[in-house]
Amino acid sequence: MALRFEVLGRFNRARAARLTLPHFTCQTPLFMPVGTQGSTIKGLTTDQLETIGCQIILGNTYHLELRPGSQLIDDLGGLHKFMNWKRALLTDSGGFQMVSLLHLADITEEGVTFQSPVDGKPMLLTPEESINIQNNIGADIIMALDDVVKTTITGPRIEEAMYRTLRWIDRCIAAHKKPDVQNLFGIVQGGLDPVLRDICVRGLVERNLPGYAIGGLAGGEDKDSFWRVVAQCTAGLPEDKPRYVMGVGYPLDIVVCSALGADMYDCVYPTRTARFGSALVPEGVLKLKQNAMATDERPIDPSCPCMVCKNYTRAYLHCLVTKDPMGSQLLSYHNLSFMARLSRDLHMSILEGRFPEFVRGFLRVQFPKGDVPKWVHNAMEVAGIDISECCTPTNCQHDAMEAAGVDISEFCPPTRCP
Amino acid sequence: MRFAVTKVCASGAKARAGLLQIGSSGVETPALLLSTRKGLPAFMSPDLLSSLPLPDSLLLNVCPTHFIEVPPSKTISNIGGLHRMLGLPDHILVAAAGESTECLPSSDATNKFGASFETPAGRKLVKPSDYMELISCLQPNLWASLADEVPAWVNEKRNKTSVERTLRWLDACIALDAASGRNSLGVVVGGSSIEQRKLCATEVSKRNVSGFWIGGFGLGESVEERCSLLNAVTDCLPLEKPRIVSRLGLPEEVLEGVASGIDLFDSTYIYQLTMGGFALIFPIDMVEREMQNGVFDSSAGDSAKINLRATTYRKDMSRIVDGCTCFTCQNHTRAYLNHLINVHEMLAQILLEIHNTHHYLRFFRSIREAIKAGEFDIFWKQFVENRRSQIAAAAIRE
Repeated sequence: MALRFEVLGRFNRARAARLTLPHFTCQTPLFMPVGTQGSTIKGLTTDQLETIGCQIILGNTYHLELRPGSQLIDDLGGLHKFMNWKRALLTDSGGFQMVSLLHLADITEEGVTFQSPVDGKPMLLTPEESINIQNNIGADIIMALDDVVKTTITGPRIEEAMYRTLRWIDRCIAAHKKPDVQNLFGIVQGGLDPVLRDICVRGLVERNLPGYAIGGLAGGEDKDSFWRVVAQCTAGLPEDKPRYVMGVGYPLDIVVCSALGADMYDCVYPTRTARFGSALVPEGVLKLKQNAMATDERPIDPSCPCMVCKNYTRAYLHCLVTKDPMGSQLLSYHNLSFMARLSRDLHMSILEGRFPEFVRGFLRVQFPKGDVPKWVHNAMEVAGIDISECCTPTNCQHDAMEAAGVDISEFCPPTRCP
Repeated sequence: MRFAVTKVCASGAKARAGLLQIGSSGVETPALLLSTRKGLPAFMSPDLLSSLPLPDSLLLNVCPTHFIEVPPSKTISNIGGLHRMLGLPDHILVAAAGESTECLPSSDATNKFGASFETPAGRKLVKPSDYMELISCLQPNLWASLADEVPAWVNEKRNKTSVERTLRWLDACIALDAASGRNSLGVVVGGSSIEQRKLCATEVSKRNVSGFWIGGFGLGESVEERCSLLNAVTDCLPLEKPRIVSRLGLPEEVLEGVASGIDLFDSTYIYQLTMGGFALIFPIDMVEREMQNGVFDSSAGDSAKINLRATTYRKDMSRIVDGCTCFTCQNHTRAYLNHLINVHEMLAQILLEIHNTHHYLRFFRSIREAIKAGEFDIFWKQFVENRRSQIAAAAIRE
């Protein structure tokens, strides 16, 4: 094991922790931006990422193996040296990209077979090969190759994938050549089935890995199922190890998952939405392409201290976005600043014993009309955070239902409704 | 704006060093205007721009026509003009109507009412009144008047018309200017006709302008023609006002321009290099030149620049230029840049623009040093000879 995870503060299930990795000491909860092909974050220098406050960035194993190749990276001293990033790196297994990018990917017990995008030859990514590539790249955290299935799929495939993931984790562990400097995280699969998820959690915990990820989510499943899987997994995973929810995501989702006890997140959303001209703001999303922005002399977010908000108006950014590379650069810069600040706010509010206030403040700004979604209510109830003051009374259907003669008391504790 | 010539080369040469003072910023000339897109460099955000040498990197060329659609003039004024809008309060912004990447003069569509430009938003006809409305809300430090720039191959009649229009529009712009031309740069055109060039230069000199913008070059004239045309123009311009020339970007062209008495250069050379994946490596001063002699592999570029896309750089862990103090060379290797270029990552252009700009600004610095030391002629000769011998050596190696 090459990490230390110390919980510094709590509120019910939520935790603020110090995660010490070989290259950097991080504060959780934290969001990890996703590097694309060059393992750069679209258009930002390593200096800028440090200024913004990024602690860990994700490298795409699939892309890096394609170009420039993990062997070359290893020959040149590892990815940290190659890109001159002094903080922490995490690489995924390469499996997800294959399944999502390649039409003819096929998963067998051996591994993931696919057609090489370079020359069309059949290729095979095995757990051993994935770990080997990741060993070459040299990231602080590496991910096991899992059999990932979309949550929108039903049937025996999900069970097959879950058990195969457990079999593959053993092959990953056996193949891992650098456990003293790279941390292998296992990934919990099992679709939306609590029984399967439970088996997977137990199986992975038995292997005593440095950290655990909750995979197979953020793929189109309904929000109610999503939070329940996260809640179940975080309840079953060990207290003293980091928990990483893969592919999350929207700020709201991150706040909810943190309340439920998760620590790490990754998503292309902030940088991708920047390239489409959207900025992340406390209220939600600001679409800078809209015509109304052409005359808006305010910064993206008056409360944001980042370089973009300190210098530029929505009007100027409006004329840049989607037309000039500078537009997407500046928006990416802002969006990642936003996510870094969100991470910091989560960590500090839990540490300083004001996490519920933070959550309430967050929801109030995102839902000024009080229309907080039901799934958030349900999740916060499990998290033990009272958000009733953020919700308008009309949100609760109790009175209407009572009048109609329908008993919904099991869904709605009496104290919630005035 | 204040400009003063601080040193003239001896023995009748026309190269000169000067000092351009605008507000609290003073920049020595000959100097380079960095090209921009909607006011900011194509790839360097302001925090990266500020890592470049100062005060050299304060000079930016801005094209008002980039703002012809959005934002509306009123919004630009409310924000406080270009300097506030761009977040560059200390920079020296020099505006000119056309430029070479996104706002190309479209001389066949230009008519008596205005100059036509090919822009990303389609072809636009810009009248003096449109242009001055933009200038008045943008409030650049200096602005070139609206001109009719024509390529070298137009007939005599068209060329004459371009001079007449350019003068007429100069007067119109000054008339529409609240400061009556105090910050204006009169544009000199005239195509490939020495006579027209001289006429235009003489006429523009009579107007109440702060300096001169020499346009119409880089549009098809031959290198030999250009030299005599440029000198014909500068001979007709007063010595005490600054001269800017556009579209002369290559090192040799810059040196020729300096020798003809040019003070400021506006070109998209750096942008074009950057887009092509090229990094400048030519030796900057005479000391560096000695070090580089005889030690060069021309397989991926020439002695002025390298093409980082080439496979020869895949594992090259050296800096673009050893000892270069730019952000790119201090932090990254040729191998990393090679990778970024090959996977089409925008970071490649950002890092290249930083290095190329830094390198070119240093080139201008050594030109200034050479002039101040009274050695510009030697500098120029050595530079050209070195280039020739490098190319010859490469040819022999092939």
